Amino acid sequence: MRGRHGLAGVVAGFGALALVVGLSACGETKTTDTAKPGALEGKGPITLATGKDTSGYLQGALDKWNSSHPNEQVRLIELPESADQQRQQMIQNAQTKSDAYTVLNTDVVWTAEFAANGWIEQLPEDQFALDKMLKGAVETTKYFNKLYAAPYLTDAGMLYYRKDLLDAAGITAPPKTWDELKSACQKVAPQAGGAGCYGGQFEKYEGLTCNFSEAVASAGANVVDDQGKPALSDAKAKQGLDFLVKSFQDGTIPKEGITYKEEEGRRAFQEGKLIFHRQWPYQYAKANATDGSSKVAGKFAVAPLPGLTGPGKATLGGHNLAISKFGKNKGTALEFIKFLTSEAEEKVHLQKTSEAPVYAALYDDPELVKQFPYLPVLKDAVGSAVPRPRIVKYNDATTAIQDEAYAALTGTKSSEQALKDLQTKLTSIVGNK
Amino acid sequence: MTATSVDARTVPAGKPRGHVTNRRAGVGRLAFLLLSPSVLVLGLVIGYPIVSALRISFVKTTEGIDANTGLITRTTGFSLDNYTNIFTGETGRLFWNAFWNTTTFTVTTVVIETVVGVCMALIMNRAFRGRGLVRASILVPWAIPTAISGLLWRWIFTSQGIANDVLNTHVLWTTEGIQSWLAVVIADTWKTAPFIGLLVLAGLQIIPAEVYEAAKIDGADAWRTFWRITLPLVQPALVVAVLFRMLDVLRMFDLPFVLIGRGKMSTDTLSILAYNEMSNLRFGPAAAYATVLFVYVAIVAYVFVRVLGADIVGRGVGRSK
Amino acid sequence: MSAPVATGRRRRGAGWLYYVGIAAIVVYCLAPFYWMVVSALRRPADQFSNALLPDPPSLDNLVAAFSPGNGFGRALLNSVIVASITTVLTLILGISAAYALARLEFRGKGTILSIIIATSMFPGIAVVVPLLQLFVDINWINTYQAMVLPSMSFALPLAIWLLTAFFRQMPFELEEAAQIDGCTPAEAFRKVIMPLAAPGVFTTAILVFIAAWNEFIIAVSVVNKNELKTANVIVSQFTGQYQFDQPFGTQMAAGVVVTVPLVIAVLLFQRRIVEGLTAGGVK
Repeated sequence: MRGRHGLAGVVAGFGALALVVGLSACGETKTTDTAKPGALEGKGPITLATGKDTSGYLQGALDKWNSSHPNEQVRLIELPESADQQRQQMIQNAQTKSDAYTVLNTDVVWTAEFAANGWIEQLPEDQFALDKMLKGAVETTKYFNKLYAAPYLTDAGMLYYRKDLLDAAGITAPPKTWDELKSACQKVAPQAGGAGCYGGQFEKYEGLTCNFSEAVASAGANVVDDQGKPALSDAKAKQGLDFLVKSFQDGTIPKEGITYKEEEGRRAFQEGKLIFHRQWPYQYAKANATDGSSKVAGKFAVAPLPGLTGPGKATLGGHNLAISKFGKNKGTALEFIKFLTSEAEEKVHLQKTSEAPVYAALYDDPELVKQFPYLPVLKDAVGSAVPRPRIVKYNDATTAIQDEAYAALTGTKSSEQALKDLQTKLTSIVGNK
Repeated sequence: MTATSVDARTVPAGKPRGHVTNRRAGVGRLAFLLLSPSVLVLGLVIGYPIVSALRISFVKTTEGIDANTGLITRTTGFSLDNYTNIFTGETGRLFWNAFWNTTTFTVTTVVIETVVGVCMALIMNRAFRGRGLVRASILVPWAIPTAISGLLWRWIFTSQGIANDVLNTHVLWTTEGIQSWLAVVIADTWKTAPFIGLLVLAGLQIIPAEVYEAAKIDGADAWRTFWRITLPLVQPALVVAVLFRMLDVLRMFDLPFVLIGRGKMSTDTLSILAYNEMSNLRFGPAAAYATVLFVYVAIVAYVFVRVLGADIVGRGVGRSK
Repeated sequence: MSAPVATGRRRRGAGWLYYVGIAAIVVYCLAPFYWMVVSALRRPADQFSNALLPDPPSLDNLVAAFSPGNGFGRALLNSVIVASITTVLTLILGISAAYALARLEFRGKGTILSIIIATSMFPGIAVVVPLLQLFVDINWINTYQAMVLPSMSFALPLAIWLLTAFFRQMPFELEEAAQIDGCTPAEAFRKVIMPLAAPGVFTTAILVFIAAWNEFIIAVSVVNKNELKTANVIVSQFTGQYQFDQPFGTQMAAGVVVTVPLVIAVLLFQRRIVEGLTAGGVK
């Protein structure tokens, strides 16, 4: 008999335990973060949560800082490689109000969400040389006109093109419009050995959002207007999406382009299977490698993206540095961010990692231009680049964009219908931010 | 308490009755001691999150944005909305689509895995030269971490990848359509058939050799021996293996996520929907999805155990006499 | 143990077919793995190649995987620690529980088995945040137990069910005979049941070990110090030189390094199973 009671006890205990801890979890869902910008005070050891430090540059910079700040050591916390997982880790950190992360290396599209949820601190504008920085990059750090992060790195797509083929066909300048791009391909086709005309990132992921926004902006429209309202009813938006849709239909973009992320496209370009390729700056060094990995080394150049009637606009990428609301020693964190985002440090960063700085002046530095010949083109690209929607529910917005754009590209929806549905979806997402 | 409820097997006949009662109490206490650590660990690490998720699934959160600071304001209340929303409108369509994917993945992969796994076990159980090598190779797929095998298969199935090269096709495996569903099935069966193989092998290994010798003497051919003797004897192990495979596939998440990517109608599973809600910070709806999936899995498992595996909970058949 | 299923007459006829079957299964299992190895042995520059052999072969990817900045060696050690502790603890708890469920008579067995299996019906991703909250509250972030305990809980239901099935198959008479011979129940269990159930126990051990070795979602969330990360987490951090540049070769090299020790360990285990059997006296 006692035995039976005992077992019943185990079961009951299990239930009771679950109930108690379950109820104790009530608090966490109800909390409403009404964070007011607090003073960034406190000195002491901090951490920097970021994606992998591949070049070793960051550790070097940290060592430099640590040797001059023995009582304010910074420890590097490396997060998984994918942006999705980095965001996931940061959100979990905020959800549990853990002080594990102090400084966060955030993607430019996360600012609004992190700020609105009260996960990151407001920063004092006068402490940063914002006027020397690229305007577009600075905009990505603001939410409700307040600074929530320091601009750190920037990025924008460029048009890689096969200069050798264009030269051979007597085309002296890279195409400025989509029509020019298509006709260039027709001229080049006989010598191109069956290479596809144009490639980009069209798989259903964040890259598609970038490529879609770019196409819309390059046609002269906007995904969301200056007031943050969706603006896809504009006829030009349809022309932008139509460029991609029709390119798939007429084979300007090879069929397999729908599976391209950055690396699949780079593979095609490096194997000589693409004449034009919309890609980030990182491809420049890779495709120019002379170790036999690239068949197009020395045969290509970069230009600004083409548009409907003239040069197009790129989507702005990049990273910012923010301070977690739940971290300790925020005074040190602020000083450390100022150090990492200083012009001198960003120059070293560029030289070691080829990641694009936010200081306009560095793009004109002759020494750097010699090392990175694409810098002038990149400067134009980031200078005119359009931000992706800066809204709290960015993740919902980008999912909606990917759903509709992908449907249009694969032909399951007309571009008109896709844009109409997207307008409705985005309106409701922005509406209940 | 009388001796009638005591299984005759546990108490050898002829012992005095009082002894039996004492022993029975002792058995109960022993069972309590043996079981409580497991139940405690499971209760703490799994039970607690389940209960807290259940609670959150009934909490509806209404969000707004403070017009001055831009900070999110949240009001919460108890409601069934998280559940009703799952089944209505656009989300309803996505739900039933994911439900269908989850179910077809489960049925297809579990059937294939069972057949392949049993074959593997039969082969591994036989003596022949190079058996060690065969065993090693069968284990390999299962030992590769899912995240890495997802990447591997993504690379294999990429448009210019080796799969298209070998098959001499230009299939776009990772785009919407039956081919992406198939790619997931291929990768999943490859990875987990060895799991069933291993468990069935263990089941085969405890079959006493005399059983087969008796069958041989009776003149049963290999096929009959398999159906009449081997299969019934490995049934308990096989049932557990298949059951746990079903539980896993029904909750499948990382393989379609890494291999095909989320947001594809052809391969989105219920777990992926739950993940999407969570990554969009809608914890209530995410918990509701998780709970619905939980209920679905429980029903499937219940039916399965009732139909095939009563002996696991009950007495145990196939005891060699 | 040889399974004398095929009679001599049939063996000759079906022999070659049988080996074709073996070959087919080996190829099926190894072909994708082969691709992994080949990809790992290419030069990083050749990562897009579809050639069936790495030409020229190179260890660069392996070297890159073990480059000091990654801390991969330390991570492998962490994986071994976490997976071993998990396996041992899970087996201890699992064997006790399964023994009770299979060999002892008491009420509520079905309920307990149902509760245990119910814990493996909830989607794993939904467990992470509450669990993380718990570990933050009790200061378990950056500890081994924060990885071991969840891994144990994920493996326990399978271990208990499986061992219950195996223990249940053991003839009760053996145990009774041992007890009549004067063994205590504990001795009867150790000397009679365990040797007979050895294949089941070893298989369970292998399954638990591999599951713990492969666990990712919890490990990535509860540990942020590089010195404590497991191999899987470190591999997920591998990036190329640039943000978008996926070092497929290095990832595959790491995959091979993570997989091969596991297979060797399992093979050693397998040998033990066979030995355990022949020693156990099931003749």
